[in-house]
Amino acid sequence: MSAAPALPVWADRVLLPLVCLAVALGCAGAVVLLVGQSPVQVMGVLLDGAFGSPRGMCYVLYYATTFVFTGLAVAVAFHGGLFNIGGEGQAVVGGLATGLVALWLSPYVPAWVMLPLMVAAGALGGALWAAVPGYLQAYRGSHIVITTIMFNFIAASVLVYVMVNHVRAPGSMAIESAAFAPSAVLPSIQTALGWFGVDWVGSPLNLSFFLAIAASVGVYLFLWHSRSGYRLRVVGASPGAAQYAGIRVQRHVLVGMAMSGALAGLVGMNEISGVSGRLLLEFVSGAGFTGIGVALMGRNHPVGIVLASLLFGALFQGGAEVSFEVPGFGRDMVVMLQGFIVLFSGAMTYVIAPWLARGLAGLAWLAQRLQPAKDQERSGG
Amino acid sequence: MRGMHKRFGAVAANADVDFAVRAGSLHGLIGENGAGKSTLMSVLYGLYQADRGQIEVFGQTVAIRRPDDAIALGIGMVHQHFMLVETLSALDNIMLGAEGHWRLRKAQAQVRPALDALMQQTGLHLNLNALVCDLPVGDRQRLEILKTLFRGARILVLDEPTAVLTPPETEQLFVVLRTLRSQGTTVILITHKLKEVMRLCDTVTVMRAGRVVQEMPIDQADVDVLAHAMVGRKVQLGRAAGAAKPAGPVLLRAQGLAWSDAARVRQVDGVSLDLRAGQITGLAGVSGNGQTPLLELLSGLRAPQAGSLDLVGQRFDAAQWLEPQTARHLGLAHVPEDRHARALVMEFEAWESAVLGYEATPAYSQRGWMRHRPMQAATAQLMAQFDVQPRNPHLRSSRFSGGNQQKLVLARELNQAPRVLLVGQPTRGVDIGAIEFIHGRLRALREAGCAILLVSSELDEILALSDRVLVMLQGRLVGDLDVAECTELALGRLMSGGTP
Repeated sequence: MSAAPALPVWADRVLLPLVCLAVALGCAGAVVLLVGQSPVQVMGVLLDGAFGSPRGMCYVLYYATTFVFTGLAVAVAFHGGLFNIGGEGQAVVGGLATGLVALWLSPYVPAWVMLPLMVAAGALGGALWAAVPGYLQAYRGSHIVITTIMFNFIAASVLVYVMVNHVRAPGSMAIESAAFAPSAVLPSIQTALGWFGVDWVGSPLNLSFFLAIAASVGVYLFLWHSRSGYRLRVVGASPGAAQYAGIRVQRHVLVGMAMSGALAGLVGMNEISGVSGRLLLEFVSGAGFTGIGVALMGRNHPVGIVLASLLFGALFQGGAEVSFEVPGFGRDMVVMLQGFIVLFSGAMTYVIAPWLARGLAGLAWLAQRLQPAKDQERSGG
Repeated sequence: MRGMHKRFGAVAANADVDFAVRAGSLHGLIGENGAGKSTLMSVLYGLYQADRGQIEVFGQTVAIRRPDDAIALGIGMVHQHFMLVETLSALDNIMLGAEGHWRLRKAQAQVRPALDALMQQTGLHLNLNALVCDLPVGDRQRLEILKTLFRGARILVLDEPTAVLTPPETEQLFVVLRTLRSQGTTVILITHKLKEVMRLCDTVTVMRAGRVVQEMPIDQADVDVLAHAMVGRKVQLGRAAGAAKPAGPVLLRAQGLAWSDAARVRQVDGVSLDLRAGQITGLAGVSGNGQTPLLELLSGLRAPQAGSLDLVGQRFDAAQWLEPQTARHLGLAHVPEDRHARALVMEFEAWESAVLGYEATPAYSQRGWMRHRPMQAATAQLMAQFDVQPRNPHLRSSRFSGGNQQKLVLARELNQAPRVLLVGQPTRGVDIGAIEFIHGRLRALREAGCAILLVSSELDEILALSDRVLVMLQGRLVGDLDVAECTELALGRLMSGGTP
C-alpha cells in the first residue's frame, strides 16, 4: 500500500473528527432503520431534547462537566505515554473522599472552607488511587492498563463496603449516606443566578461547571507552558530522549498518573456535592470509561475535550428524551450510538484519515486540472 | 548475480555488482560498514527487490520476490540477530512453519528422526528439547543453521556469524562449516574479520561503497591486500594542516570502565581513556564493539559496574555515577549516535526539541514556567548560525532532513560552549555539504579548547578530524595511535583483530 499524503492541519483538527462523527451517525442510523424506526425522527427528538430548551441545554452542560473531568484525566496520562483506564475507579475514590470529608466536617465549617476542602480531598483521593498503579508501572514494571482496570474493581468494592458498613444512615434501607449540611452543597446554577436576580430553570447544572472550565485551562497551561508538563510530554513522546535530557522518567510517570487521578477525582464535586448532596453508590456510573472516548474524540487537547464532552453530554440528554418519547427505543440504543462514536473517532480514525487525505489530494488535483480548462474557455470566449 | 543495482533514497547501496559463487565452495564477502554486503545478500534472499539485475541459481535465471522463493530455491540465510522464538523448544523452532501434521505430537515424531540424522551428518549437535531461551548463543546459531538446512538449503548465507561468538564457539562453527562444504553445501560468509576469511574461505570478494573492488582465490590473498582493498584510498575530506597544537590538560579521565548488559555480555571491558583540552580523540571500530555503551557511560546515561570518571575536577565512581543533568552543568555536551530516539523528540516542533536537556536554564524557563518567546527566538538564532534548512522553528522535528536535524542537535549542544564534547556518528545519514559544515564546526570547537571524543564508523572521518585515534574491539581499547602514525591500513587491521 502506498503512503497516503499528509493531511493539512485544518483537515486533521476539524474535518477529520466531523467526518468520523458523520460516519458514526450514519452507522447508528442504519441500525435504527434495522429495528424499524425512523432515523430522522429519532435524530429530531434527540436534538430537540438536548438543545430545544434551556432546561435540556443545562442537562447537557451538567453531563458534560463530568466528562470534562474524566476526559482531561485520560488526556494528561496519555501525554505522558500512559493509557489510564482507571478513571472510573479514581473518580469513585475521589468522590468517596469528597463525601467523607463533607460528612465529617460540614456541620461545623462554613461553605467557603468546606467546598475547597472537598475539592482538595477529591483530587487527593483520585491522585492516590492513580499513583499506586503509576508506581507499579514506573518502578515494578507492571502494565498500567492491567493495574488500572483491576483498581476499578477494587475501588467499586471499597465504595460498597464503606457505604454499607460505615456510612449508611441508621435505620435506612437505602444504601446512601445522610444528607450533608448545607455548607457542603455546591450551589446550582439556578441558585447562583438567583443571587443576581435572574430567574432560571431548575436543573442539576451547578457551579462545578466552572471548576471543569478552570481544570481545562489548568491542564492546557500545565502541558504546554510549564516545565513539568514539557518534561511529561517528552517522557510520553520519546523515553529515550527523556533519558538523554536527564529527565527522571519514573518520577514523571508518577506525576502524570497522580495528575490524571486528581482530575478524575473531581467528578464527585459535580455529582455528590453539586447534585445529590449525599454519598450514593452509583455516582460515577461509567463516566470514567466515557472519558476515554471523550479524550480520543477530543484529540487529547483541552479544547477538543470540552467540545467532545458537550457532544457526549448532548447524546446522554437527548438519548434520555428519545427513550421517553420514541416507543421501543431504549437507552441501550444511545449507548450503541456512543459506541459507534468511540469506535470511529478512536480506532477507525487511522482508517479514515488516509482515505480523507487521498480524497483531498484528489480534489486538489481535480481543481488544478479544471483551472486551466476554465482559463482557456475564458480566453477563447 | 549480475549487474545488481539497489538504491535507498539518494544512496546506491549496490551499483553494478557482479557476484558469482562456485557450487560447493566457501566464499567470503568482506567490506566495511555500509559497503553493500548485507544489501546484496538481502536481495538474494528476497528481503529487498533489486532495482536492476539478474540472479541465477544453479544455472537457472530466477526471480526472487520473497524469502519463500529463496527458500524454495534452496537458499538459506542466518541473520546476525537470530530469528527464533525464545519460549519454544529447539525442535518446535525448526518445525515452525513447516509442520507435517496438524497434531503437534505426530509432527514432532515425524521431524525428530530426520533431524537426528541431519545432526549426525553435519556435526551440528544440540539438545532439541531445550527451550531456546535456555540455550547459549553458540547453540542458538547452530539451531539457526540446522533450521535452514532442514528446509533444504543448499546455499547457506551467514551474516557476521562470529560477531556474537566466543573463540571456542567460533572454532566449533568453523568445523561445522568445513563439514558442510565437504558435503556439497555452498556457504557465503559475510564478515569483516580478515583472519577468519584467510583461515576458512576458498574465494573472497571485497566490496567497497556499493561495488565489488576485488575477487580472488584465497591462496593469492593475504591480510594486507584484503585490508587495503576493503578500506581503499578514498578522497579525504581535507585534513586540517598544521593543526597539531600541543594538547591542553586532561578534562575527562575514565579508568577501568566495565559494563555488562542484561544477558551478562561484557560490552565495555576495562576501558581507560583521557580526553585533553584542544584535542579531538577519534574512537574507531566496527560498530557494535562497545562504542555505543561507552558513550552512554561517559555521558551519564548508564552507570557502569566498575570504574571511575574524573570530569573537570569532579570524581565519580560506579556507586555514585554521573547523571546527565550533572554532566551538562559541568560542561559536558553529548551528541548521541541515535538522533531519532535520543537527540530530538520527533513529534515536537523544532523549538521544543531545541531546548531538550536545557529546559531548566533561566533563559528558557523561570519558576517552572516555560518561556516560549525566548525559546523560539533562540531556536531561530541557532538555525541561522548553523544554517538549518528550512529555517522554521515551528516545523516538526521529524520534517527536517537528516543533515538538518543533526545541525540542529549540534547547534543546541555547542551553544552552551561545552568544555567536553562527546559526538557519536556526527555525519551518519548526512549529505556531503552538511558533512563539511559539521567537520568545520568540530575543528573550530577544538581550536576553542574543547576536549572532543569522536565516535565514528567512518575511517575517513576519524582520520580527517582526530589528533589521536583509539581503536575499540569487543569492548576493549586495542590501539592508541597518534594520527601522524595512523594509516587506514593499520586501523583496518586493528579493527579486525590484527596487529598494526
